[in-house]
Amino acid sequence: MQTIISIKPLLAVLVSLFVIPVLISSSGKPNVRESWIFVSGVIKFLIIFSMLPVILQGNQIVLTLFKISPGADIAFRVDALGMLFALVASSLYIITSIYSIGYMRGLNEHGQTRFVSFFALALTATIGAAFSANLLTLYLFYELLSLSTYPLVVHHQDAKSRASGRRYLTFILGTSIGLVLPAMIYCYHATGTLEFAPGGIFSGQLSKPSATVLLLMFVFGFAKSGIMPFHSWLPAAMVAPTPVSALLHAVAVVKVGVFSIIRVVTGIFGVDFLLSFNLGAWVATIASITIVVSSCIALTQDELKRRLAYSTIGQLSYIVLGVALLTPKGMTGGMLHIAMHAFGKITLFFCAGAIFVATGKKYISQMVGIGKAMPITMAAFFMGSLSIIGLPPTGGFISKWYLVLGTLEGDHMILLFVILTSSLLNAAYFMPIFYKAFFCTKEEAMFGAKIVEAPMMCVVPLVITALISFGLFFLPQPFLDLAGLAAKGFLGG
Amino acid sequence: MTDLLALIVAKYNYWLYVILMMIGLYAMIAKNNLIKKLVGMNIFQTAIILFYISIGYKKNATLPIIENVHGTGGGHIYAIDYINPLPHVLMLTAIVVSVATFGVAMALAVRVYQRYKTLEEDELRMRLSEK
Amino acid sequence: MDNYPVLIVVAPLLAALLAGFAAWIEERLSYPIALLGLAVSTFAAFEVLMQVIFFGPIRYEMAGWPPPMGIEYRIDLLNAMVLLIVSGIAFLNLLASYESVNQEIGDRTGSFYSIYCLFVTGLLGVTATGDLFNLYVLIEITSLTSYAMVAMGDRDRGALASLNYVFIGVIGASFYLLGVGYLYIQTGSLNMTDVAIILQDYHGSSTVLTAFVLCMVGVWIKMAFFPLHAWLPNAYSYSPVVFLRVVAPLMTKVMIYVMIRLMITVFGFNYIFKTLNFADAVVILATVAIIFGGVMALAQKNLKKMLAYIIISEIGYMVGGVWMGNQLGMTGAILHILNDALMTFAVFLGVGNIIYQLKDVDFSNLGGLFGKMPWTMAGFVLAAFSIIGIPPTCGFFSKWYLIMGAFEKGAYHFAIALIISSLICAVLFFRVFEICFFPSSSQDNKQKDVHAPGKIEEAPVSMLIVSGFVSLSLIVVGLFSGTIVNMIILPFLT
Repeated sequence: MQTIISIKPLLAVLVSLFVIPVLISSSGKPNVRESWIFVSGVIKFLIIFSMLPVILQGNQIVLTLFKISPGADIAFRVDALGMLFALVASSLYIITSIYSIGYMRGLNEHGQTRFVSFFALALTATIGAAFSANLLTLYLFYELLSLSTYPLVVHHQDAKSRASGRRYLTFILGTSIGLVLPAMIYCYHATGTLEFAPGGIFSGQLSKPSATVLLLMFVFGFAKSGIMPFHSWLPAAMVAPTPVSALLHAVAVVKVGVFSIIRVVTGIFGVDFLLSFNLGAWVATIASITIVVSSCIALTQDELKRRLAYSTIGQLSYIVLGVALLTPKGMTGGMLHIAMHAFGKITLFFCAGAIFVATGKKYISQMVGIGKAMPITMAAFFMGSLSIIGLPPTGGFISKWYLVLGTLEGDHMILLFVILTSSLLNAAYFMPIFYKAFFCTKEEAMFGAKIVEAPMMCVVPLVITALISFGLFFLPQPFLDLAGLAAKGFLGG
Repeated sequence: MTDLLALIVAKYNYWLYVILMMIGLYAMIAKNNLIKKLVGMNIFQTAIILFYISIGYKKNATLPIIENVHGTGGGHIYAIDYINPLPHVLMLTAIVVSVATFGVAMALAVRVYQRYKTLEEDELRMRLSEK
Repeated sequence: MDNYPVLIVVAPLLAALLAGFAAWIEERLSYPIALLGLAVSTFAAFEVLMQVIFFGPIRYEMAGWPPPMGIEYRIDLLNAMVLLIVSGIAFLNLLASYESVNQEIGDRTGSFYSIYCLFVTGLLGVTATGDLFNLYVLIEITSLTSYAMVAMGDRDRGALASLNYVFIGVIGASFYLLGVGYLYIQTGSLNMTDVAIILQDYHGSSTVLTAFVLCMVGVWIKMAFFPLHAWLPNAYSYSPVVFLRVVAPLMTKVMIYVMIRLMITVFGFNYIFKTLNFADAVVILATVAIIFGGVMALAQKNLKKMLAYIIISEIGYMVGGVWMGNQLGMTGAILHILNDALMTFAVFLGVGNIIYQLKDVDFSNLGGLFGKMPWTMAGFVLAAFSIIGIPPTCGFFSKWYLIMGAFEKGAYHFAIALIISSLICAVLFFRVFEICFFPSSSQDNKQKDVHAPGKIEEAPVSMLIVSGFVSLSLIVVGLFSGTIVNMIILPFLT
């Protein structure tokens, strides 16, 4: 394994930061503005992509920016896990930026420049978090992401979004300042470093009770992961425009939360340390509860985006669960699920948004017969939900397969049972939507002939992501390799 | 008991300044009229000046003006013969400061009076809460 | 040049005199004179800081009288840094103040600039001097000018607020003076280093104890440390905003500096943390101050008042950090002097810009401000993030050291208070942001389309540039806090 010093991670992070002034200055010219977004998204993706071969060979790319104090600098390090996450986020950003053109213009939203600027800032933070070399840098970008998302959540500037914005901040900032910050400073005080190291940074400084408390502070503190009981910001945040819900609240923000938990579990505590105290079980239990409870709640939601949000909460906990298994297959499955779930869930959100743009409908009970009016959208929806449920031929199947293998490997029958139950529940809350959309009598159908598909800019992206979801079943290599490489690294193989 | 009395008598200058200070402090806290408070403030500052003056004093010593330096009897000058001039000099500065403070405070009091036509604190408070 | 240390203080003093005289001839002359004086002072402070960093502490004997007889300016890393902060902020503030002074002070601008320079002179002198009595006189110069300044503010309440400030201020300064008196009784000297050497033999003395307690109480009153804080909110919120922008970041911080100076240079850590045993009690007081300030800030309906209580809370940070008695806490406290000065300055620059346009910062008037003054609000948001303690703004890093210091000492209550205070600040500022982000309800009725972009009514460019510069410096200072700690604070402490 080689360590390469390169400026590329910094460039990848900064591209979407530096494009913000350009966006603001071209606020009067939407077409110019949007092409800048697109160009910056593509450049960002290409920079990240150019690092992929190096990472796949098992190398790392590092860059130290500012020395704060020993062991806690502002520094980047690109490894397999970070690469996996950055690749997902940056590729979906391009697709989402196309989609959001269609969506925002289709609805004639106000404040579009503000919207795209903060969107770019949020992406900066996401990539920054993915490439963080230590907990301090991760925390920095984590907070930046929280704050840059707030204006997006309250975009509509009405009473409802105000209430949601409050809830969003209370949960996200409250937990990160109240739990993560003290835990992080405690770690630094105890060990003198915050670097993510394969075997963790502790060597005998912690007793079992304090290690448990610290771990729980981190797991709950990264509330972006939607771990119960700190999940309720996510359904509330669904008041945001759909591109936000799609990219940020199904991919970037929530996965930064999960990603942070993975980093702490593997890089701060270390697998051996957790195994020796049997602490993985704690995390796995919390994740399992979240999976089952959120799936049950999702069944009761009538607003499509809220149902998707609860589904996301459950799926995120799959990832946490996979990593908490602390076995090679489990970890691979968990990390792979970052990618698989992202493509599946973003498709579903795109569909929800497309339906809203075309018909103005938000509630599932009002969508009877929509399949005939919007066949492409609903076909994509079907593909996306297959991936979330974890059925072939979609990418979701592969990650879930590895998760199941992981539970067997670790001999956790209860967890296996949780995963299988939850898959059934997933099917139970997705299939009726699809069923009612297509299979209804003429009298029941709620949509006349006037309703057609959403604008091109909305439909194309969702078709692309649905196809990728489908394609990942046959060609999961880049993500699977990265996840496998990461798992190997964390397990000290 | 006699010890205590002896202590009080021996260090009477300290007791005096403390008593004066407390009188001033009392006036600043308890009086209702702003001018009375200002007077209290002045007493408070004066107490400290007295304290400084008293610590420079020595028994059987004289003013620190050295006589006969150029004359024949000079030659030996003992510090013990002269009171310590430094605290006194310091207090010249402190007096200037306290006069300045008093001046500023009086000017402010005039401003307050012009605005509210009263210097009684309770009335002022009533006026303010009306607004 | 050898005379830089004294130039730092003399330049604004001369500027104060000249600006006052110039106003008789032509009112407009005062501003450039004051500006020039502070610019020279800032430059000298920068040069001195560089000299101190590379060549070690500077001792400057006033008028050539050797200490302990003469007054000495003794400049080491700590006060070199504070000098630069004071002169730099005073200069930048003046740069941004031309329009607001004309608006707020009206026809008395000449005397305003004169008093302003005198105030800065006082602060710089307090920071530079190595003589205990000289310190008292300079504190009083600072106080006197700030009484006058407060009275220039709010036409209704300014004078009364100022008068109450005088009472408290006099008590504080007098306590300090008394303390110096007792020190003089014990040591016969007023020079700080000289006193420190003599004091080493008198650690058990009750005179020294009395002196120490009196000095501390005096300084605490002046810095508004809980429970001696009651004067601050009124005095600050009724003063003119131009003055507020410099007094709020500097006055309390310079007093913190005085406390550190007395503790380290005069009495010595050994005396305070080994002989005496009330450090824990002070840390508890600081904890209460932090929480109290935050809770009181929550109850305020006016931006200025809210910020005033946040200042009280921040003082708790620094006092607590210093009295932690370990290197980490001390590092945090000293770093926080810099950071807090900068972020308070930045936040009040924002407030100043808002007041310039709105005349008033009651929460009810702030609706839709992000649309109206986007640049001002951007600076304000950065400053607020720093106060909350969000990386990479500088406020985060000082909090980091402070919490580590608390862990090291085992003062978990202080660490928890810091975290809670961050949360409270987050609530406070996001409440303000929310009000500013959403259109106000009165506008709702007037115009149907709430999303229509409001007319941009920004503050003058000079104010915006300064506020932008200071806000960005929060991030720069934050990112280079490692350098600052390694080059200035750690060498000073060891």
